[in-house]
Amino acid sequence: MVVAKRALPWLAASLRPNIVPTQVKISFINMLSETGLPVIEATSFVSPKWVPQMADHTEVLQGIQKFPGVSYPVLTPNLKGFQAAVAAGAKEVSIFGAASELFTKKNINCSIEESLQRFSEVMHAAGEASIPVRGYVSCVLGCPYEGKIAPAKVAEVSKKMYSMGCYEISLGDTIGVGTPGSMKEMLSAVMKEVPVRALAVHCHDTYGQALANTLVALQMGVSVVDSSVAGLGGCPYAQGASGNVATEDLVYMLHGLGIHTGVDLQKLMEAGVFICKALNRRTSSKVVQASSRL
Amino acid sequence: MGTVPSALKHCLSYQHLLKEQLWIGEPAAPPPALHPEQEFQISGLPDYVKIVEVGPRDGLQNEKVTVPTDIKIELINRLSKAGLSVIEATSFVSSKWVPQMADHTEVMRRIERHPGVQYPVLTPNLQGFHSAIAAGATEVSVFGAASESFNKMNINCSIEESIEKFEEVIKSAQNMNIPVRGYVSCALGCPYEGNIIPAKVVEVSKQLYSMGCYEISLGDTIGVGTPGSMKRMLEAVMKEIPVSALAVHCHDTYGQALANILTAIQMGVGVVDSAVAGLGGCPYAKGATGNVATEDVLYMLTGLGINTGVNLYKVMEAGNFICTALNKKTNSKVAQASFNV
Repeated sequence: MVVAKRALPWLAASLRPNIVPTQVKISFINMLSETGLPVIEATSFVSPKWVPQMADHTEVLQGIQKFPGVSYPVLTPNLKGFQAAVAAGAKEVSIFGAASELFTKKNINCSIEESLQRFSEVMHAAGEASIPVRGYVSCVLGCPYEGKIAPAKVAEVSKKMYSMGCYEISLGDTIGVGTPGSMKEMLSAVMKEVPVRALAVHCHDTYGQALANTLVALQMGVSVVDSSVAGLGGCPYAQGASGNVATEDLVYMLHGLGIHTGVDLQKLMEAGVFICKALNRRTSSKVVQASSRL
Repeated sequence: MGTVPSALKHCLSYQHLLKEQLWIGEPAAPPPALHPEQEFQISGLPDYVKIVEVGPRDGLQNEKVTVPTDIKIELINRLSKAGLSVIEATSFVSSKWVPQMADHTEVMRRIERHPGVQYPVLTPNLQGFHSAIAAGATEVSVFGAASESFNKMNINCSIEESIEKFEEVIKSAQNMNIPVRGYVSCALGCPYEGNIIPAKVVEVSKQLYSMGCYEISLGDTIGVGTPGSMKRMLEAVMKEIPVSALAVHCHDTYGQALANILTAIQMGVGVVDSAVAGLGGCPYAKGATGNVATEDVLYMLTGLGINTGVNLYKVMEAGNFICTALNKKTNSKVAQASFNV
């Protein structure tokens, strides 16, 4: 079984309070490219007014080495962002939906339906340019505003985004509240509407459940997992808590299960050490914590 | 995921989220009944999992600072009120080897003994066993290992020799109707030997079980195990020992503990060891974590619809108490997400 790993430097970096220098981002992505990761989400073409940490999106995309066989998708929340991304050389883009009306309202000030309409412009343009689009669905296992999210709602949004043309739907436990129980329940509902080969899971480790949740997803046939090297990116909803699951810890588990990933764990750990030094922060990866001589 | 700062103040509180996600009621409420939508997902999993709380012993023993006796007693008393049915209280080892447990007799004598709660203590030899009984212990534990090198480095004898010592303890315990729990360390890897073959784990477990231990706790001492190695090891052990007599003791040093525990319970294991606040580092990897946090285990089990009888809020409060006393950050992610850091 092959599991594709997607590293999310852009996501992680966007949640940091300090701006990461462009050259550091580029070096970081280049190091990740050497690890064997097949997909590295490079940056986000959002307005710098909203996400100043991603203001250098064009420079990053143009500055990184593009390794053959590696994809460098970028976030494009609207048509303007999409056009800027393509002009900067993007070959794959991502759009973000959510299974919660309140979350969508608070984040981008519109309803789920309206957000999908905005995305349809991006989908149309991407289709014309033969650019694959990945769809994210946030809050699949819980919402910081609405609380519990019905699996049927996740299935509904996922189905819409899939039928709009997204080649893959990444189901995100945005606040990490999910457990293997709710993961199984949600996936069972979504798998009735979207084929499992088109599904990915994006688990946050805020409550320490990420690897257990990912394991359940794998057991149900999911073979694409999102993660962030060093577990970069905290949780904006729980101060001081962690966010993304660490790629190193995920790879450790997958290799222990005999699952092929194509990723060199040693090189991955080195990339994590590099970025943590640059950010002057401790890694959130337990594998790295256990391995380094302190 | 877009900008959120201005919306944060409208977020639900962690109490609300916990209630919603896990259908956990207020502290006084009984454990949550199975939600109708959830029934399909519990097939194959035990209805009930017993948590063996090892924080006061395994946890505190492996913390850098020596904890005052009063604090230990207060911690154990708080845990007793959280619904835990087993709390490993202390260790009757020589204070020369483990100074942190030198106050074992005082701890044993002064803790509140709640009805329905067991307070096992470690007894590595006959002398320790006698002291434990004199101090009022009504259950004891012995520690074996699946690695010769680990045994040699830790207690300076072979596995065979250590089993002989335990045999004396177990015989005496049986004469007094005192139940004995057996631990097998290094079940998924050894800091000295590396890989440990499942057959070795089976051999040591079987010996302890046939000598009279009512339960065998299989320990991933250095946390190197993964769901893959956990499955292989358990498959081998379960051929020789009924699953109802097995427990898992997973360390989270490599972040694998919850995934390993999930694998074990999917295979029918119904007893899980853990430590409040994830107390106790790893003596083999400086700065790394050790025990898995009870709070995080409870969160997962409750989310799976598995009954534990334990009140998560009260365990979190006990964890908050001991971390404040030790002036350290909790290793529990549930606690980190719930309390403002």
